[in-house]
Amino acid sequence: MAVAAERISLRATGRSRRRLRLNRVMEGVAVLAASVALAALGIVVVSVVVRAWPALHVSLFTQTPNLFGGPGGGISSAIVGSALIVAMATGMALPVGVLAAIFMTEFARPRVAAAIQLFLDVLNGVPTIVTGIFVYGLLVIGHLQSAYAGAFALAVVMLPLVARATQEVLLLVPNTLREASLALGVSRWRTVVGVIIPTTLGGILTGTVIAMARAAGETAPLLFTCSIFAPAVSTDVTHALPNIPVLIFTYSEQPDPALHQQAWAAALVLMAFILITSLTARGLLARSRRKLTHG
Amino acid sequence: MVTGAGARLRAVYVACAMAAVPTTTPTTAPLRSGRRRIGDRVGDGALRTITALAALAVVVLLGAIVYKILHLAHSAWSTYGLHFVTAKTWDPVHKAFGALPFIYGTAISSLIALLISAPLAIGIALYLTELAPKGVRGVVGSLIEMLAAIPSVVLGLWGILVLGPFLANHLEPWLHRKLGFIGIFGAPEATGTGLFTAGLILTIMVVPIVASICRELFMQVPADLEEGALALGTTRWEMIRGVTLPATRSGIAAALILGLGRALGEAIAVTQVIGGGTRITNNVFGPGDTLASKIAASYQGAASSLEQSSLLYLGALLLIIGLVVNLVAQVIVRRFDPLREAR
Repeated sequence: MAVAAERISLRATGRSRRRLRLNRVMEGVAVLAASVALAALGIVVVSVVVRAWPALHVSLFTQTPNLFGGPGGGISSAIVGSALIVAMATGMALPVGVLAAIFMTEFARPRVAAAIQLFLDVLNGVPTIVTGIFVYGLLVIGHLQSAYAGAFALAVVMLPLVARATQEVLLLVPNTLREASLALGVSRWRTVVGVIIPTTLGGILTGTVIAMARAAGETAPLLFTCSIFAPAVSTDVTHALPNIPVLIFTYSEQPDPALHQQAWAAALVLMAFILITSLTARGLLARSRRKLTHG
Repeated sequence: MVTGAGARLRAVYVACAMAAVPTTTPTTAPLRSGRRRIGDRVGDGALRTITALAALAVVVLLGAIVYKILHLAHSAWSTYGLHFVTAKTWDPVHKAFGALPFIYGTAISSLIALLISAPLAIGIALYLTELAPKGVRGVVGSLIEMLAAIPSVVLGLWGILVLGPFLANHLEPWLHRKLGFIGIFGAPEATGTGLFTAGLILTIMVVPIVASICRELFMQVPADLEEGALALGTTRWEMIRGVTLPATRSGIAAALILGLGRALGEAIAVTQVIGGGTRITNNVFGPGDTLASKIAASYQGAASSLEQSSLLYLGALLLIIGLVVNLVAQVIVRRFDPLREAR
């Protein structure tokens, strides 16, 4: 009796067992891949937090860097500079990006829209250091490095991000909404200004905020345009302003451990800013998308 | 059965939704609205013109970048011509400049990044689409996207102060002892900076990009095809190998090329960890420089105008390579639709 029961066991044998085992192995590889990526994230974040911790004082946000290195000092001037530069870059990239996206979805013929989309994607792929050289050649040669040159370089980085994000939310607007507005005799431009932009405002802002988070961490476009050492807090945008990414970059190349600690602290501030902005943006996007698709 | 409270809630929601969509009230007396019609026509034309100008600005901007970079590189181009690309020396003292060491460094560091990140990213995407439980999927997915949000300068800082010393003290000596006979795993640098470290840092930057594109591709594979394979008795891996991967093959290629474009163009993090060298060496642990990192490393100014112009020539090469790589990837993305290919 026991022998017969064993014979009709449902355990896979032979070839089928090998197939199942291979399947198990491959699933293990996929899980491993995901764990490796998560581990990398965890290790980077933990090392930044641990190393930045001792430097986290109020003075970090209120004082300017020490002129001759050494412990103490803060990064207040870099925070002010970064905020100004990113704000100016947003001021340049947002209107152009949104208008270009409106042209693509509301006015252009499909082929033209596809061509512009290709240009945006290629522009997004231009190495950021090349963007830096471009702005250097355009605005810095013959003049001086300045915050507005840096902002323009960051705006070039932000433009395709803003435009593509806006285009995607505009495409989510149900056509019935457009048609309803047009059928009521509302002109095209008033449809855009009064119906389409207000319904997609959340999505447009989300795209902008994500682009700002990306721009805030970009160093390469600023190296040639806004990287001259200037320790004082300043809001004069016609001169180079200190900023967080360039500060981290220059400090990381120094041998002084006190500067390394400042760099870690600046890195933590930068990452906290990026994390908070992109998390809120993601939340907003999910909400506005739900509103658009089910509202 | 809709309860009273539910219905009320819904009414409130509808009212909110209506309030959220501002409607332009058409003015009365539509027949006598000649003036308004002119206003509309002007408004339509104006909006169309303004938006078209913005779109044109995008095109002009890309053209201006290409023109300006080529123009800046012109002086070195007239000195060296195409010979610059194959010249092996970069010697500011004797004013001899060539791009080959940096092209080599770019190729090796990007190749390392691509070799490691391709299986990793595809594995992650498969895990997220096929294996992960629903609750885990969202969390892991956003964490991996968070990896892409780490600024490159922070990754570089981590690479030079944490990863470099770790590699120099542990992994690299071990690889050198065990696999040194192959020839590419030479003696490690004491600081841990070199092509290999740069490749690893680039891997961290490339993986989330490729993984998120592959994830979208895998999700687009029609469920009936995958279910059909499973119904024929395949294991999940056989289904992936037989249906999912072939259906998304060209998309995966495009994703990898986009990742390559990112790796080629990264300047800051690579400058921080690659060590800086102008010799072509077959030791992956040795120092080097990529096109982008050489430019970034020399930002504080070149000694001579010829060196400066040669750096700009490097920039032009980088731009051309970057444009070609991106264009190829975009064309593949646009040409091959996973849905169409799967059928």
